[in-house]
Amino acid sequence: MKPGTRLKSAADDTEVMVIRCADGTIECGGAPMGEAKPETPAPLAADFSAGTLMGKRYVDAAGQYELLCVKPGKGSLSVDGVALVTKDAKPLPASD
Amino acid sequence: MNIALLLEMAAEAAPDRVGLVCDGKRWTYGDLLAAARGAFELVEQSGAQYVALLDESSEAAVIALFGASLAGVPYCPLNYRLADADLSALLARIAPALVIGDEERVMRIAGDQGHTVLSREEFALKAQELVPEADDRVYDPGEGVAVQLFTSGTTAAPKAAILRHSNLLGYILGTVEFAAADEADAALVVVPPYHIAGISALMSSIYAGRRIVMLPSFEPEAWLRLVDEERVSNAFVVPTMLTRIIAAMDNGTPAHVASLRAIAYGGGKMPREIIERALQLFPDSGFTNAYGLTETSSTVALLGPDDHRAALASDDPKVRARLGSLGQALPTVEIEIRDEDGKVLPPGEAGEIYVRGEQVSGEYKEKSALTADGWFPTRDAGYIDEDGYIFLSGRADDVIVRGGENISPGEIEDVLLTHPAIADACACAVPSIEWGEAIGLALVTREGEAEPDHDELKALIRGRLRSSRLPDKIVFVSELPYNEMGKLLRREVKKILAD
Repeated sequence: MKPGTRLKSAADDTEVMVIRCADGTIECGGAPMGEAKPETPAPLAADFSAGTLMGKRYVDAAGQYELLCVKPGKGSLSVDGVALVTKDAKPLPASD
Repeated sequence: MNIALLLEMAAEAAPDRVGLVCDGKRWTYGDLLAAARGAFELVEQSGAQYVALLDESSEAAVIALFGASLAGVPYCPLNYRLADADLSALLARIAPALVIGDEERVMRIAGDQGHTVLSREEFALKAQELVPEADDRVYDPGEGVAVQLFTSGTTAAPKAAILRHSNLLGYILGTVEFAAADEADAALVVVPPYHIAGISALMSSIYAGRRIVMLPSFEPEAWLRLVDEERVSNAFVVPTMLTRIIAAMDNGTPAHVASLRAIAYGGGKMPREIIERALQLFPDSGFTNAYGLTETSSTVALLGPDDHRAALASDDPKVRARLGSLGQALPTVEIEIRDEDGKVLPPGEAGEIYVRGEQVSGEYKEKSALTADGWFPTRDAGYIDEDGYIFLSGRADDVIVRGGENISPGEIEDVLLTHPAIADACACAVPSIEWGEAIGLALVTREGEAEPDHDELKALIRGRLRSSRLPDKIVFVSELPYNEMGKLLRREVKKILAD
């Protein structure tokens, strides 16, 4: 797993770009994400079905993982069973 | 991660939304992405190692930027104001390139360099025609250089500043919320395509979903008309443009600017009188002074709208003074002041401005200018006050910044020294309301010769360089100040010219 990889959820439509990662398992809807979608979709875990939003960045508490959602879906993101939270951009008062 | 992702996401989320307006033509995000993919094919077919733009802003700039990034070659827009010899040398450094724009000129000055040359129209047409049917193309993963910009300075050869996908994405993802713009929002882009602000404006607007309204060639009346017609909400200008806009408004040009929520400026010194007048003429607009360099993917510090209004309204001299500052560092970067030995200086002490962050490249093709601990020396002299406001105290390397353009004193001095009656010459910045800084000359006449006429000297400069190198002030002195090491004391010459 390295930065720049595009991961797809096995349980829903969510796709993310990996900005930063460590050695844990990145999951969506409770199932491990991979570079390809599996033949049969994994069941969507109730605990991880809060949904993902396009363009949002998702991070862990330690700051080791950062994922950019490039396709939204019904599942929600986690690493080794721990849910990720959103990281907001810090918008400038004006565009360049 | 490739910067093309920014356009891919915009096209995925809103394929039919208008993302670009230029010369009356409207392009949706879907149109732009398709054209970028067609441009990828063009690059692949041509075998080009770079995509260069030698043109004013147009849809070609957007298509070229993203087409180049998909193909994994640097996008290198060139300054069309350069003299033929200088431009030819730069083209040689990026050969073979796919060059878009002034076909006739490129063929004339670099026809033997192996470039593929297309006019703006041909490029856009071919890019639209070449859209592949199946999406089985392998696009570049974006681990290399996305943009290369030649910067000017005091040395003879311009440096090739490189910005990697990671630098640009670090800046955009850190400061722009995806699709956060209102569908009615529009950003007026008028800075030239070879200026870093012109490139980051495209990326941030596309990622925010904010329609870009391009004005290829700045004219204050056209700018005001476009603001009105397209209900422009955001604009970025260099200080000289704002000066001319204000002059047009004060001269009675009709101006309906209520839609302009945000006006940002940068690229040079903003004269205090101009920003104060602008704050009066645009009472509903938020003004932002954005400080940044090519090497830092543009903005690293800014003075926001609240600070502008507070400074204008305040009686406290410390708060008023902030109108002349660069503002505070962006939360995504670190800024500090260091002395000549690299020691970090406390607030209030002047030294060189250093910056560090994901968006900071500081890399040139030839070498990196970063310190061992990843800091970039800006060559700008300044200090930070106790509240974190950064103030410039002059340029560390003598470059004159006239109307947002970097001018090397050396090239003007070299030309003057070819005049038989001139023994010594020094070109310095003199303050200018119109340009921020203008060019002042201190000259020494050769013994036995008469002082040359100012018009003759200007004709000499115009013949060898270009009109932006013409001096606004010329004084003759008996000798120029040198120290015991034989170094020309430019600071002293500045004082002579200031009198």
